[in-house]
Parts: sequence; structure tokens; C-alpha cells
Amino acid sequence: MSAVITASGLTKRYKSALALDNASFRIEPGRIVGLIGPNGAGKTTALKAILGLTDFTGELSVLGFDPRKQRDKLMGEVCFIADVAVLPRWIKVRQAVDFVANVHPRFDRAKCEAFLARTKLQPDQRVRQMSKGMIVQLHLALVMAIDAKLLILDEPTLGLDILYRKQFYQNLLEDYFDENKTIIVTTHQVEEVEHILTDLMFIRDGKIVLDADMDAVGDRFIEVMVGADRADAARALKPLDERQVFGKSIFLFDGANRAVLEELGETRRPSISDLFVATMKGTYA
Amino acid sequence: MKTFYWLVKREFWEHRGGFFWAPIITGGVFLLLNIMGIITAEVVGARHGFDFGASSVLHRVGTQMDAGDMSRVALTMDIAMFSATMLIAVVLGFVVFFYYLGALYDDRRDRSILFWKSLPISDTSTVLSKVVSATVLAPIIAVVVGIVVGMLQLLIVATTLSFHGVNVWHLLVLAHPFRVMLNLIGYIPLYALLALPSAGWLLLCSAWSRNKPFLWAVALPVATGLVVSWFGLMGLFDLPTVWFWKNIVQRSLLSVFPITGSLADEASFTHHVAGNSDLSFMDLTNTYQLLASANLWIGVVVGLGLLAGAVWFRRWRDDS
Repeated sequence: MSAVITASGLTKRYKSALALDNASFRIEPGRIVGLIGPNGAGKTTALKAILGLTDFTGELSVLGFDPRKQRDKLMGEVCFIADVAVLPRWIKVRQAVDFVANVHPRFDRAKCEAFLARTKLQPDQRVRQMSKGMIVQLHLALVMAIDAKLLILDEPTLGLDILYRKQFYQNLLEDYFDENKTIIVTTHQVEEVEHILTDLMFIRDGKIVLDADMDAVGDRFIEVMVGADRADAARALKPLDERQVFGKSIFLFDGANRAVLEELGETRRPSISDLFVATMKGTYA
Repeated sequence: MKTFYWLVKREFWEHRGGFFWAPIITGGVFLLLNIMGIITAEVVGARHGFDFGASSVLHRVGTQMDAGDMSRVALTMDIAMFSATMLIAVVLGFVVFFYYLGALYDDRRDRSILFWKSLPISDTSTVLSKVVSATVLAPIIAVVVGIVVGMLQLLIVATTLSFHGVNVWHLLVLAHPFRVMLNLIGYIPLYALLALPSAGWLLLCSAWSRNKPFLWAVALPVATGLVVSWFGLMGLFDLPTVWFWKNIVQRSLLSVFPITGSLADEASFTHHVAGNSDLSFMDLTNTYQLLASANLWIGVVVGLGLLAGAVWFRRWRDDS
């Protein structure tokens, strides 16, 4: 199968700042891609470009469509949850389901009602009477009932408590995702998506600074815990980052020789958040 | 087509208050005022020992009338039926005006536009569904409510008079409820055409402005009007300043009001009213003569152009 998204030379300039700076990437079907970056790095702009919500320069093809010119067709195949709580406040659960069922050709009403039955949402409840978590439940029920090829999630769990957050990703994995679907998710709560991602993309100042699948990340980046006595030896190998824990130093290496590192101390695969912090060092400075 | 039906239904869900309850409440208040007026008259009458039923004039109404009187009674009743709708039409004008200003702005402000834009709906259908909701659906509801209220009012008056021994029930037959209804309902397509310049301008402001669409929508034409007046710019085109106010300012802002709509072509309007002492100026054969005026069609073309602009901004405005 061909790529779901191919982007090359994606550039978007707002009045003062460059939100996307010649970004190029390719996303294959059946992946769950985490697009991770600090605030203002261009994550949302990239997603908006993919969804045809903003103009840009460069080449971009999403499911074979140009989002700028063929947005109406594209949206039949793509779904998105942008941020939390963007459902209109006046709408009732029943109305939302009726509306989407009648305007979206790929919507499966029975599926949606089955999802809703597992929540506390009532058909006559209005969005303005719901908590943030319930709004996301409703939105997710609507979106998961749509058989879309590409699902885009922009900070979908921002401001939700841990129960809703866990449940959100669990539903997504168990009841929605399969090899024909592709999910792109941006979030700051990296630890939560870490285990479900198949691919990782770091974005910084509008540039893609890391684009790899999770296996490659495990091969390429190694964390090693070194005692104080051998710290200088480790520093000589030019680590990406160094931090202190309980009198020992933890070094993060990019593409170093695993055998050499194992002699220095205990090695392990770094968590995405550590990797993120190391990669983005100095962003706000 | 199905999508469009649901888009209009969506507008009705969101604006049930303005489209449905506003005319009903207006009609209710109208009837209430009438009843209060009748009660006041009864009380004052009783206190001064004046009985409507005993008055010779009213007795004559029930018994002996010539053809001229008959037609005057019929006219009065038709006017009574129209008047309820006229009042509701003014309210409708306000509802539609503010509806348009918010239609493409409110969902940008609360960011729910991101939900609507996640569905496979073209921006053209979205904008057109809003036009249809406000200039077809809302007027139909207003007219139906207006007719019902008008009929209720006739019944109330007739009932009151019958308490005084004046039998006016047979006079009700003289009214032309069906003609009134037909004229009002038939006027709606014409209203839709006349309202297009306002619809286009207000929706354009609604889709374009980053904040305070009301201010922009009103301030731009009025400020331009003031500049034009001050410098006498219309002289360049050999036109009076008033031309600008009437054709640009008034039509861009006020043609959502059904009444100003028909006044847009004043010449033909006064022609019809002046020549007739009855309500035949509301007859469709007369109102639809407006279709022959170039003025109306220029407005339609300009309105469509402004709507195209609104669609463009809806598609590309990027501030969510």
C-alpha cells in the first residue's frame, strides 16, 4: 500500500514566525504516529495543513488528495478530534448522533450507540451540561463509529483526569485501530501514548528533528547508568544528555556502540519523555 | 440533498428560540394586548354606562349594511390579520439580522467550527444552508404563526361583540383569510430575493471579522456613507447623496426586514399603494411587479457575490 501522507518542503509562515520550516515526512498506513514537540513548535499547524484548514507552501498529499483543493472529498476519509471540548455547546447527544449519521456516509449508527451505552451520557443531555471528560467520550463515540482511513488527534486528552485518559486510549486501541487505519496523535502527556505508538516524530521550530519507528528508536538511543568513577569515560563518548540520580549519572547516547556502553554500566531503552527533554534542550532559552 | 436538509435542521436546532419561539411569543403578546384593550374598554364602558351592544352604530353593523360598508368591514378584518403578521415580521427582521451576524462567527469564537469542519460538508452548502434557514424557513414559520394569531384575534373580537348581542359571526365570512395567507406565503420567495444583499453582507462580515462582527457590519457602510455625504462624492456620478444611503447602506443592513425590502423600489411601491384604498398592494400580482425592476436583480447579483466572499472566508479564515 502507498503512503497515507507524503509531505515535502512543507512551509507555513505566520506574520512574525515560521510555523513550519521545510518539513518533509511520510506516514505509512496501519501506524500510530506520535507527533511530539514543545509548545509553538508547529504541531497544530502541521495537522491543520494535513486537514486543509490552513494554507501553506510545499507538496502535501493525504490519501492521494491535495488538502487545499480537495478538502470536501478528503474529509469523507479523514476524521479528527481537535483539542478537547470543541463540540457545540447547544447540541444534544441525540442530535449529534442524528446529524453525523445523516451527513457522513461512513458512519455506523449501531456502533456509535453501543459506545454511548457504555457511558453515562443520556440522549437528551446537552454538551453544555457535560464535564470535559464526558464531552470527549461523546466525541470519541462519534469518531470511532466512522470508518475513516486516517484519524487525527490534537491534544485529545488535555485537561482530563487519569481515568478518562486511560480509557480514551484503551478504547482507541481495542475498538478502533486496525491495520487499515492510521492514527496521528499530538500530546504533551508523552508517557501515556508511549506504549501505543508505532512511530515517533519530534518537531522543533517547524522542523522534523526525529522521524523513526519505535524499534529503530530502541536500537538507536541507549541510556546507560554509570557510577561516578566511570563518568568521565562516558562523557568522552559525547552523550546527548546527562542527568544525576542517586549519585549515579545517566547518559543518553544516540547511535553509540552498544557493547562499549554495556561495559560502562547498565543500559536500557530511554523513555520517550527523557528522549524528548534531551532533544529539545534549549528550546525556550 | 439529504445533507442540506440536515444542515437546515441543524440551524433550526440551534436557533429554535429565534426562529420558532420569538414569533410565537410576539403573537402571544399581541393577542394579550388586544385582550387587555378589550377588557379596558369593557370596564371603562361599564363605568360610564355605555354598552357597546346598545350603540346604534354597532347594531347597524350586525343588521343593515350596504355593499360599501361590507367591503370596509372586510378590509378592516384583513388588516387585522395582516397586522399580527406585520408585527411578527419586524421581530423576524431582528432575529434574521443577528442570526446572520453570528452564523459564521459564533462557531469560530467557541471553536466548534473544528467539529463542523471535521465532517464531509462543503463550505458552500454550509453557507447556503444558513441563507435558506433565515430567508425561507424562518419566514415560513413567522407567516404561519402570524396567520394563526390573526385568526385568533378575529375570533376574540367576534366573541366579545357577540356577548353584547351583536352578531358579527357572519361578517367573518367577509374576511379573506385565504387571500391573506396566499399573499403572505407567496411573498416569501420575493423576500428571499430582496434580502440577499443584506444576507450576503452580514454573512461576509460574520465569516471575515476576527471580533465584533456587528460593529464592522454596521460601521463600514455607515462610515462610508458619512464620508460620501461629507464630501458630496456621489456628485461624481451625478447622483444625490441620498442614493448611497438608500441603495448601499439601507440595502446592505436593513433589507432583512421584510418591510424595508418592499420599500426598496419606492416608486413602484407608492404607485400601487396610492392607487388603491384596499390591500390589493399586497396581492402577489402587484408585489411581484418588483421582479421587473433592475434594482432588485442588481441587489441579487451583489448579494450572490458577497455570499461567494463569505464562502471563501469560511474556507480559508484560519484563526481557530
